[in-house]
Amino acid sequence: MRDIAFGQYYPAKSFVHNMDPRVKILLSIAYIVAVFLVAPFHYLGFAACLLFVIIATLFSKVPFLRILKSIKAVLFFVILSAVLQIFFNTNGNLLWSWGIIKITDEGLFNAGFIVARITLIVMGASLLTFTTTPVELADGIESLMYPLKFIKFPVHDFALVMSIALRFIPTLIEETDRIIKAQKARGADFESGNIFRRAKALIPVLIPLLISSLRRADELADAMDARCYSGSDKRTRYKKMKITYRDVLGFLVVAGLITGVVFLNKFYILITVL
Amino acid sequence: MALLTAENVCFSYDKKGDVIKNVTLEVNEGEYIAVIGHNGSGKSTLAKLFNALLKPDEGTVTVDGFSSSDKKNLYEIRKRVGVVFQNPDNQLIASIVEDDVAFGPENLGVKREEIKERIDFALKAVGMEKYLKSTPSRLSGGQKQRIAIAGVLALKPKILVLDESTAMLDPQGRKEVLEVVKNLNKEQNVTVITITHYMEEVVDADRVYVIDGGKIEATGTPAEIFKDRALLERTGLELPLAAKIADKLISRGVPLKDGILTREQLAEALCAL
Repeated sequence: MRDIAFGQYYPAKSFVHNMDPRVKILLSIAYIVAVFLVAPFHYLGFAACLLFVIIATLFSKVPFLRILKSIKAVLFFVILSAVLQIFFNTNGNLLWSWGIIKITDEGLFNAGFIVARITLIVMGASLLTFTTTPVELADGIESLMYPLKFIKFPVHDFALVMSIALRFIPTLIEETDRIIKAQKARGADFESGNIFRRAKALIPVLIPLLISSLRRADELADAMDARCYSGSDKRTRYKKMKITYRDVLGFLVVAGLITGVVFLNKFYILITVL
Repeated sequence: MALLTAENVCFSYDKKGDVIKNVTLEVNEGEYIAVIGHNGSGKSTLAKLFNALLKPDEGTVTVDGFSSSDKKNLYEIRKRVGVVFQNPDNQLIASIVEDDVAFGPENLGVKREEIKERIDFALKAVGMEKYLKSTPSRLSGGQKQRIAIAGVLALKPKILVLDESTAMLDPQGRKEVLEVVKNLNKEQNVTVITITHYMEEVVDADRVYVIDGGKIEATGTPAEIFKDRALLERTGLELPLAAKIADKLISRGVPLKDGILTREQLAEALCAL
């Protein structure tokens, strides 16, 4: 249970792992944009995106199966949107009907389109979380949000809150485990009854957890004060993020992908004719 | 001049009953001081008064010439007095050991190269240099508390205050932490104030303050304090285990000398019989 805290980070030393987290975040966003740019019926664009994910995965040393498994988290959502498209899209040519259910060719195409879109986005995004630790992610987000400082957004505080939250996940999981055991020892029943009963049974877990978290927060604040925390601008940073040739290369590849997708959108008909 | 002085310090949380009553004490550079008292005697409040987390209502706390009553001196005092608290889980700020140790120097605005040096120094001082890239949640209680000490040491404090820092640890962890602290005191000349209710941690101190009901009841060397049975009775404190055993043996007619406090002394005295 302890490992949940590290998200789905896959520890390895690879080209992608060593990239700057800021660049990885930006490139992931650019990749998602590329997936959205693929126009309906232009499936070669999706093929290009898939090719990109496969190559990036090879360079990250993350087993491809793990990337595929990450789709599981959104599987319900994928199936739901596909089913809705298939059964309730009444545009296009009718292929088959039974009572009120009408299946059209456009419905099928749209379903395939949505499934491909979501799957590709999830694969790309999970590659980011597989190769970047939560701490790096928080640092990267802080650095990217730096311009917001000029509109008085408390960037540093925001990042600190994020990283402390990450740090306390394993501690709180342990605490929850302990409280559940303690309540079980007192005869609490978490396993039987319908969903409402079970939800109600969690109240004696949540309240002690909340109270102990508040106490922890108090102590942590004291410990931070004791270590001279003032939140001032004079604070220095120990970790420095550096852009290397890897990031430049990654940037070029993603730029190439976007150009490719736009190109395929425009010249798809030309290619099919040839 | 003493490194840390408290003069007629009074403090209350709610302005009703004083938690600290007219406390006066002095800590000199390089000393190993123990403050003992049972639960609720005001010892933890004292720790927070030492590093300006709390301001005295009356009287003054002065560290290295800086009075904690003046807000300007806040960081000067906290730089000099590092406090390690009871629960290691609630003191570690980052998810990677080196980032956590870096937190203090980062706050002081220390340059990156020097932060690196300070991390290496602090982790070496607590014997945790191998865990630079580890995650605190995978370490034992004793190891976590050593990281917390390293986090404080990275501020290069003159005084290390341990506020019940071994209370939540198992015997092994307690031993690890005590050894680290003793070493720091002897080798790095760090002044140590340990606040505790474990009598075993008191016997190695240069001087002991006994606190009860927010007042200093007595002060002296460990031998002097543990000889005063009436004082121990009154303040609800126990003898260290070795001293207790020696006491019982003497009352059964075993001819041991007075003033045995540590296990080693007891073993020596028994072997000499």
